[in-house]
Amino acid sequence: MMSGTRPKFGRILYLGFCTLVFVFLVAPIIVIVPLSFNAEPYFTFTEGMLRLDPDAWSLRWYREIIFSEAWVKSFVNSIVIGVSATVLATFFGTLAALGLASSAIPARRAIMGMIISPMVTPVIIAAAGMFFFYSELGLGQTHLSIILAHTVLGVPFVVVTVTATLAAYDSTLNHAAASLGAGPWTTFRRIQFPLIAPGVISGSLFAFAASFDEVVVILFMGGIEQRTIPRQMWAGIREQISPAILAIATFLIVFAVLLLLTVNWLRQRGEARA
Amino acid sequence: MAGSLTSLRDPRYRARLRALALVAPLVIFIGVTFIAPLGTMLTRSVYDPVVADVLPNTLRLLDSWDGVGLPSEAVYAAASEEISQAEAERSLGLVASRINRVRGGLRGAITHTSRELRNVQQGSRRESMIAIDSVWSDPATWHAIQVTGERFTSRHYLNALDLQRLPDGSVVSQPDERRIYVHLFWRTLMISALITLLCLVLGYPIAHLIARSPPQRANLLLILVLVPFWTSLLVRTTSWIVLLQTQGVLNDLLVAIGLIGDDGRLSMIYNMTGTIVAMTHVLLPFMVLPLYSVMRGISETHMNAAASLGATPLQAFLRVYWPQSLPGVGAGALLVFILAIGYYITPALVGGSDGQLISNMIAYHMQTSLNWGLAAALGGVLLAGVLVLYVVYERLIGIERIGLR
Amino acid sequence: MNYHIKLVALSVLIALFVAACSTEEAPYVTAVSWGGSYGKAVNESANIPFSEETGIEVRVEDYNGGLAQIRAQVEIGEVHWDVVDLEIADAVRGCDEGLLEPIDFDMLTPAPDGTPASEDFPDEVKTGCGIGSLVYSNVYAYNAETIRGPAPETPADFFDLEKIPGRRGLRRVPHVNLEFALLADGVPANEVYAVMSTPKGLDRAFAKLETIKDQVDWWEAGAQPPQMLADGQVVMSTAYNGRIFNAQVLEDQPFVIVWDGQVYDIGQASIVAGTPRLAEARKYVAFLTSTESLARIGERISYSSVRNSGQSLVTTHLTTGVDMAPHLPANPDNMRNALRFDWAWWADHQDELNERFSAWLAL
Repeated sequence: MMSGTRPKFGRILYLGFCTLVFVFLVAPIIVIVPLSFNAEPYFTFTEGMLRLDPDAWSLRWYREIIFSEAWVKSFVNSIVIGVSATVLATFFGTLAALGLASSAIPARRAIMGMIISPMVTPVIIAAAGMFFFYSELGLGQTHLSIILAHTVLGVPFVVVTVTATLAAYDSTLNHAAASLGAGPWTTFRRIQFPLIAPGVISGSLFAFAASFDEVVVILFMGGIEQRTIPRQMWAGIREQISPAILAIATFLIVFAVLLLLTVNWLRQRGEARA
Repeated sequence: MAGSLTSLRDPRYRARLRALALVAPLVIFIGVTFIAPLGTMLTRSVYDPVVADVLPNTLRLLDSWDGVGLPSEAVYAAASEEISQAEAERSLGLVASRINRVRGGLRGAITHTSRELRNVQQGSRRESMIAIDSVWSDPATWHAIQVTGERFTSRHYLNALDLQRLPDGSVVSQPDERRIYVHLFWRTLMISALITLLCLVLGYPIAHLIARSPPQRANLLLILVLVPFWTSLLVRTTSWIVLLQTQGVLNDLLVAIGLIGDDGRLSMIYNMTGTIVAMTHVLLPFMVLPLYSVMRGISETHMNAAASLGATPLQAFLRVYWPQSLPGVGAGALLVFILAIGYYITPALVGGSDGQLISNMIAYHMQTSLNWGLAAALGGVLLAGVLVLYVVYERLIGIERIGLR
Repeated sequence: MNYHIKLVALSVLIALFVAACSTEEAPYVTAVSWGGSYGKAVNESANIPFSEETGIEVRVEDYNGGLAQIRAQVEIGEVHWDVVDLEIADAVRGCDEGLLEPIDFDMLTPAPDGTPASEDFPDEVKTGCGIGSLVYSNVYAYNAETIRGPAPETPADFFDLEKIPGRRGLRRVPHVNLEFALLADGVPANEVYAVMSTPKGLDRAFAKLETIKDQVDWWEAGAQPPQMLADGQVVMSTAYNGRIFNAQVLEDQPFVIVWDGQVYDIGQASIVAGTPRLAEARKYVAFLTSTESLARIGERISYSSVRNSGQSLVTTHLTTGVDMAPHLPANPDNMRNALRFDWAWWADHQDELNERFSAWLAL
């Protein structure tokens, strides 16, 4: 009797604990979605909301954001900075990953260590250093300096992701192509790139997400003309927290889920091919 | 070098050149836009020429001062002249704020003195300066000027470790009310260790569950782990504020079900609890992903074999499964710990006052007190710690395996 | 890859870079102020009319006081802020440190009757590099709906956790809080600064703050206290009187201001030294501190003009018609135990006390 129930009990405990952890991971994110439709300027479920009274729910915070010049401007800034940094990071990162994949590369570990270092260096230190650096160059509070900073912070994601994809790439394909008379560039363009493209795209999405969510560099180096969505949210959370923040947050959650599903799909496609 | 012509024809050499040419743009880019800025910042922790440049004669004449009595009239004459000149050139504020950091109250005294000196035409500079402000008869003032006049200095690093150098050269502790950084480093380490432990306790079972699920379900569960990973950090922090604040969802819920009274609402945010909860949430995926990738490679057959030999599930787990999962534990724990000790945003937003970490102090000195030398020194100490951990990570686990999906 | 796609991608990239790096701009001035309802009042009263009149764009940036950003910009040699709405103690220090441009009264707008600005501004608000504009006050307020226990009436009540339990909001700076703590500890208003000038007096002020430290939520932006009171996050909080007033009249919030022990002060408009937009900045300051602009601000938030010519211009609130007089710091009914903020004292002691305060907070 005992020996029959104990493992079962243990299993229930285990599954129950796991469920709680998943709730801990996801529930806080989900909870703010309904709250963003609150008709009142509060952060909690009003009685009306719980009764599903239609008057207690409203789109007022979404209207507030769409008609707010500051939020729209910060959205444009986020896109301009994010896309520019992603393009640069993808370009430099993919090239470097191709080089690192070659068995001929010297000092591979040292180079890799340097390339990944922006990912593990505390951002506050990096941001402080870049603040001095760009200010002294006369580039303080410009889009350019922030794009370059975001490129550096995003490039490790590209290198790691593309390197992982390249590890699965069968290099005999290169020899096969070469034996058929293709030059290195043609081989890359026709054979290698299409095969590693999912990794490149995933990496660039990581880099974009990193820039799109970056606050510290913006706090140190950006002025009002460079305000991005995270910078605007930061001010909102610290100073005048209103449910408009929750409306933006909801938008960002939807955006994150779309990115995640895209990357997941790319990865599965990559695995299916390999 | 066995002749460049032959080596250029050597295919291995050409492959190496090609690989280097591919890597070079990024290495140069990171060198210029990342390593160089870090370097310039760290330079500030040991090098500051401002006072030496603005008060050169005063400092030179102070060299022959005995350090005990009043400096000579020549020192006062040079100081009053250079202070007035600095005011005209608008560099006095820079000098005064530096001296003020070594000895509080001197900024006001110096700027006030420069204002009054305009009306002083003749007579002993020594007497007139002391008449303007009595700090000029205090040897400690001149010591402070000497200390800040050093172009290369260790005082910021000493300060970052709650130490100071006395005029006689001995190194002693800072006075009590200025002794905060060692405490903050220690708090940062402890909170990071606690968060790492919490992440391990929460992350291990679910990584295990995902690793043993059939592919379809595993993918779904992984998505649940990855949703927070991809969701904006600020969104997650906002969520925790909404959930945990005094009038927040969780407190409302507890009051509604009668667990606590309306007067007994819990303070779960804007303090250390808030920092720990929110950071554990933020960093948990970084624990689960490496754990999962290791556990996926652990074969079920070992556990089954142990069970068939009569081991209880606990024994089988401890003897067979746990040791095999250790690489994942190490990778996840190191990664979480490295990320935790440098964290800034979450403690700044939800940490109140006792949930602040060393990064927040660096930000304070960067943005508010403008003690950039000290900020750089604190950053240098933190960076050294992270580098050590990073090298350990690199040796033990290999950086390419930083879990990303 | 298709060449058209490449071409499109390339041109998008170039367009982005051009957009990102373009430097050719219309004339503008960056005006830094305190945000929230005060910022809104300044925007409507001064910034928008100024842009319409001169064609100079006003870029508004919010901050929460202090000289740090100005010092940083001057030290690093890149000035991005042009005109800053400073606390008077900071304007005095900033002037001494060479961070601010000296103010020439001849450039300011004369009173409507032609009195030159130098005579229209009282002498006590002229600080060399700043020009006083509005009188505001640091008060504390409570939410009549959420407060438990008897209604607070004095600074001592704010520190009495037994009489009135619950969390309190205080601004995350030492100034005003130390005065407030001493007032609460029984020091008469006219002796506060004498007590604070002794080390023992400072210890006493910090000790008084310590008694409520673990019940304090610290705020930084002036917009926070009304929000914290409305949310019920705190039962009472120090605040700028105008913010509470606006929440009362515009949002019908049940807030009550405790005027006893108010610490009143004067805002200062200053120009950052070395700004590349000096001419625009001067024009803007002249416009901002004109009798008319200050009156327009006074119709929107309960701060009163310091200009002699501005004294009787404002009587009621612009949109609600509320009589402004009872809500102004200088109203005799509000002056009991009132303390005039001693900016000269703070100009001399701010640095050491900021350091002591942040260390006290961190431990």
